[in-house]
Amino acid sequence: MAIKKFAVGCFDDEAVLFSAVKKVRTAGYKIHDVYTPMHIHGLDTAMGLRDTSLHIAGFFYGLSGTIIALGGITWIFTTDWPLNIGGKPHFSLPAWIPITFELTVLLSSIGMVLTFCYLCQMAPFVKKHHFHPRSTDDLFVMVIECTPKTNETEVLSYLQGLGAVETNIQVAETGWWLGSYAKDRKPFEKKETVIA
Amino acid sequence: MSLREHFEIPKRYRTWSMALMGVGVLSLIIGYILYGSENNGTRFWSALLQNSIYFLLTVNAAMFFFTATTLSMGGFQMSFRRVTEAISASVIPIGIITLIIFICLVAGKKDGIYDWLNKDVVNGDPALKGKSGFLNPTFFMVWSFLTIALWTGLGIKMRQLSRESDVAKMSIEEGRRYIFKNTVWASVYIVWFTLTVASTVPWLWLMSLKAHWFSTMYSWYTFGSTFVSGLALIALFVVYVKNKGYLEYTNLEHLHDIGKFQFAFSIFWTYLWFDQFMLIWYANISEETIYFKNRFEGAYAGLFYLNLIINFLAPFLIYMSRGSKRNWTIVTLMSVVLLFGHWLDFYQMVFGSTMPDHVPMNLFDFGIAAGFIGLIMWQTGRVLAKYPLMAKNHPFFKESIIHHT
Repeated sequence: MAIKKFAVGCFDDEAVLFSAVKKVRTAGYKIHDVYTPMHIHGLDTAMGLRDTSLHIAGFFYGLSGTIIALGGITWIFTTDWPLNIGGKPHFSLPAWIPITFELTVLLSSIGMVLTFCYLCQMAPFVKKHHFHPRSTDDLFVMVIECTPKTNETEVLSYLQGLGAVETNIQVAETGWWLGSYAKDRKPFEKKETVIA
Repeated sequence: MSLREHFEIPKRYRTWSMALMGVGVLSLIIGYILYGSENNGTRFWSALLQNSIYFLLTVNAAMFFFTATTLSMGGFQMSFRRVTEAISASVIPIGIITLIIFICLVAGKKDGIYDWLNKDVVNGDPALKGKSGFLNPTFFMVWSFLTIALWTGLGIKMRQLSRESDVAKMSIEEGRRYIFKNTVWASVYIVWFTLTVASTVPWLWLMSLKAHWFSTMYSWYTFGSTFVSGLALIALFVVYVKNKGYLEYTNLEHLHDIGKFQFAFSIFWTYLWFDQFMLIWYANISEETIYFKNRFEGAYAGLFYLNLIINFLAPFLIYMSRGSKRNWTIVTLMSVVLLFGHWLDFYQMVFGSTMPDHVPMNLFDFGIAAGFIGLIMWQTGRVLAKYPLMAKNHPFFKESIIHHT
């Protein structure tokens, strides 16, 4: 993965964050991501993110569950090992619907959870850089990606002008790594706060 | 922004509702001449019974919608709640019509419809005799009257409570008291709803058409059917009123939620429908399978599969994606399809029992249905025009404006 330079602005108010996100986008900065302690309605639209395709993947996982269940049971009960169960026909669709339903739900849910983990790059022992430890508590952290042309002090003062309570520049790994925070990084160490 | 608070009934709307009611009355007269006397009038009364019960339970589902959302402290429905209230006002005329039909059935001893109305049949049948404490004309009439009277009364009370908020802006303390009062009356209604639609009323009105047969799923299945069609009716009226330039605060987010409700309860309906069918099919006990004999492989087999396609496959596949629930055209189309689909479901519930050998569907049935649709349009439009369209002082109103799905 790549190590990049980021300008980080922390906000303590949702309303301030919303207008800040809009202004930062119109100013032409590239928002890397916004980290919030909870889901904020409408933030994805404000950030201009596209709708997720997770549900489309879910549909196809479900469809494969339906096909596997119906196909599997049909093959077993009509061709491979036909059993006489209470005089019912070998091909008795109503009796198979519950299992088909279960397998559809099972495959679509497990598939979607795994896809979600893949999309968010989450797994046991996988670590990613934390821009601010309080982003899991009470701060909304907006991260702007810096390019070689970016004037750092200008970005930071711009963020402060938008109402950020804390701003700094961080050089961080964008991807994930295996291991622990203790060895590689110290996310909870005291960072310098730039006061313009 | 100035709000258009008062709905004015468009001329075409009024003409259409009058014309549909005219068609209804005309089919009633023609139907009575054609079918009124033959075979003790079974064909004629079955059609009336099916349509009146279906449309009564459907408009009553609108009432259930706003009382249930009141109880769950829902806010999203506030921007179009007056529309659901107006629909629920149709419980009054349709309830009266239904009661008149019941009186005619019981007084006319229509044992082609309810065979337990015939005393000789009941006395010669131990199973029916065992049920006669519940299935007898007196209990039937008293309970039906109580049901419809309380639906009407509580509906009037709830609508009156809703209009109380129009007087002036509320302080927080007043708002709390207002919400509490709403909660109390809504819970009274929900309790009565559970005692009627969710249990006894489908047994009395529909399941007793085949008095020997019973299913514990039946009431919930009927409820699922009518709630989906009630939501479809709400969607249609919301889209219509919005199209006429009212309901400024109702937008795609609210439509999306109505669509989600329709989707969810279509699945709910399928779940109960299939549970009822599959368990009976699997156990294969003749006294239970008798209900599905003519529906699954007899004259009603076509309707049986059509029912499943319209009411399950269509909403399941079409409503699954986000885009279709946020599309005014698709939601309108699907609402019409679902209303028709559940009308068909009720058709096979009633006619599958009273006329098991063939499907007698013709223009007469659609004419009667048109009459009821006209009546709903007329009454809903009248109530919509009478009172402000938005409860703008309701404590949760802002929640509905900023609603985001």
